[in-house]
Amino acid sequence: MSNAAVEVAGLWAGYNRHTALRDVSFTIEPGCLAGLVGPNGSGKSTLMKVMLGLHQSWRGAVRIFDKDGKEYKGRIGYTPQFELIDWAFPVTAYDVVLMGRYGKLGLVRRPTKRDHEIAMQALERVGMADRRQRGIGELSGGEQRRVLVARALAQESDLLLFDEPLAGVDATAQHDLLRLLEELRVDGQTLFVATHDLSCVAANFDHVVLLNRSVVAFGRAEEVFTEELLSKTFQRHLLVLPGEDRTFVGP
Amino acid sequence: MTEILDFLREPFSLEFMQRGLIAAVLVSIVAAVVGSFVVLKGMAFVGDALPHASFGGVAVAFVIGANLQLGAAIGALLSALAIGFIARRGLVRYDTAIGIIFLASFALGILLVSRQRSYTVDLFSFVFGSVLAVTWNDVWIILAVSLGILLFVGLFYKEMLFTAYDPTMAAATGIPVAAMQYGLLALIGLTVAVALQVLGIVLVLAMLVAPPATAQLLTRSLPAMMAVGAVVGVLSSIAGLFIAWHADVSASAAIVLVATGFFALALALSPRQGILAKLRQPITDEDEAEFTNGRDPAEAGHTTG
Ligand SMILES: Nc1ncnc2c1ncn2[C@@H]1O[C@H](COP(=O)(O)OP(=O)(O)OP(=O)(O)O)[C@@H](O)[C@H]1O
Ligand SMILES: [Mg+2]
Repeated sequence: MSNAAVEVAGLWAGYNRHTALRDVSFTIEPGCLAGLVGPNGSGKSTLMKVMLGLHQSWRGAVRIFDKDGKEYKGRIGYTPQFELIDWAFPVTAYDVVLMGRYGKLGLVRRPTKRDHEIAMQALERVGMADRRQRGIGELSGGEQRRVLVARALAQESDLLLFDEPLAGVDATAQHDLLRLLEELRVDGQTLFVATHDLSCVAANFDHVVLLNRSVVAFGRAEEVFTEELLSKTFQRHLLVLPGEDRTFVGP
Repeated sequence: MTEILDFLREPFSLEFMQRGLIAAVLVSIVAAVVGSFVVLKGMAFVGDALPHASFGGVAVAFVIGANLQLGAAIGALLSALAIGFIARRGLVRYDTAIGIIFLASFALGILLVSRQRSYTVDLFSFVFGSVLAVTWNDVWIILAVSLGILLFVGLFYKEMLFTAYDPTMAAATGIPVAAMQYGLLALIGLTVAVALQVLGIVLVLAMLVAPPATAQLLTRSLPAMMAVGAVVGVLSSIAGLFIAWHADVSASAAIVLVATGFFALALALSPRQGILAKLRQPITDEDEAEFTNGRDPAEAGHTTG
């Protein structure tokens, strides 16, 4: 019996014969903003896909709010990695957010008034309600991320997984998104955010899992963001500069 | 005045022209609806492969003396599902799977037909289309299959939209993505099967692609794209048959040429992406506003850095 939001134990997974995750174990406490930090190809997306039930693990267990991960299939809020999304598709921001409700509806059934209300609230939460009728491809990078976050919110889940929500947007948009994630944490959500970009996120996470195929370290951000552990994760020497409200990390 | 009306009405006063028109209109409506997914998902190669693959089914039906239409449908459907199956295993690339399946089926068709002493007109009508030879029986079959396809899209619209737009996320929220992807392939297969008789193997792809691509330039939502695509397809069918009658040329070729003409027109005149629109307004007010709002990454980084 545990009261962790996420408990991953002895997880192995990969593709054909390629091992992407070896013996991964960690826990995430409820109501915290947890980071999943590792370089490109370290298995962050694979880990998230296993947690979501989108990719079959070879061995090990995922427990979510003390239930077997399979029981949670379809009930975890999620934003996929940005590059996987088709921005030329003719849908509006509103259409995209409403999709967050589709899984709950069941086959054939149409969105109800309640689903529309929830989609609208999610858009308001991320400050995109006024631009909801814009085509998804006509929004700026930062706005597109917000729409994806709103879609995850519309899923009405206690656990949200974000795969690289900060990649490729400018500093202002990154800052705004991080503030939004912190607000969601304050609301009592549990967030798990994958990133390979250390430049400005270090001090925003409560807990961090350092991943490079296997878990290099996990724990409170202050304890984990050390030069030694980060260098081990990224396989090159990194310099940690403690700042006022942020820790900057440079090569 | 009455002369002009007669000129317009004349082709469609004959029953075989009416039957052809009904068949072409039905086919262009389903082709626009299903073709919208084909265009958005970049599946044109599937749209080209399935008509060719159906030739295997036609040839088998021809040899055993079965209904050719049914043979075409079974050939297209089996090939569609085989493509989906191989692609899902992930062992070979999607386009490789398509290429292998369609060439195997097409080669089987050629092999079987090469054994026959006389190629009948029937077989050739599948290659080039024979819209003016459709019977009332054919029309009823096309109508039933078309309604079935539209019903499927209507019922599972939400699942098809989500799967097409973002399959990873759709799967994560519990949408049966695999079933929807097979479903779409089967719909393309069925559309191809009914369109074959009207357009022929070589030209089916044009009606799956040209009207929805035209609509995509003019619309900004999937339902609108389907609707405008259907209108373009229907207009192409009417105009194509009309031209074919008066100029005594191939009906399927005329229909396809009118449809591609619509596409060229939309490309030139589209309010957003159009060539003319771009020539007329080098820099708009909106571009300026966007720049000064600091959307330019370099700008934004500078002000906060
Ligand atoms: N569909 C796939 N088929 C085969 N191998 C894959 C597949 N997806 C990922 N991999 C491999 O698994 C490993 C982990 O990939 P994953 O996408 O999980 O990394 P990541 O940490 O998310 O990287 P990034 O920061 O680039 O997003 C990589 O070596 C990658 O090449
Ligand atoms: Mg990734």
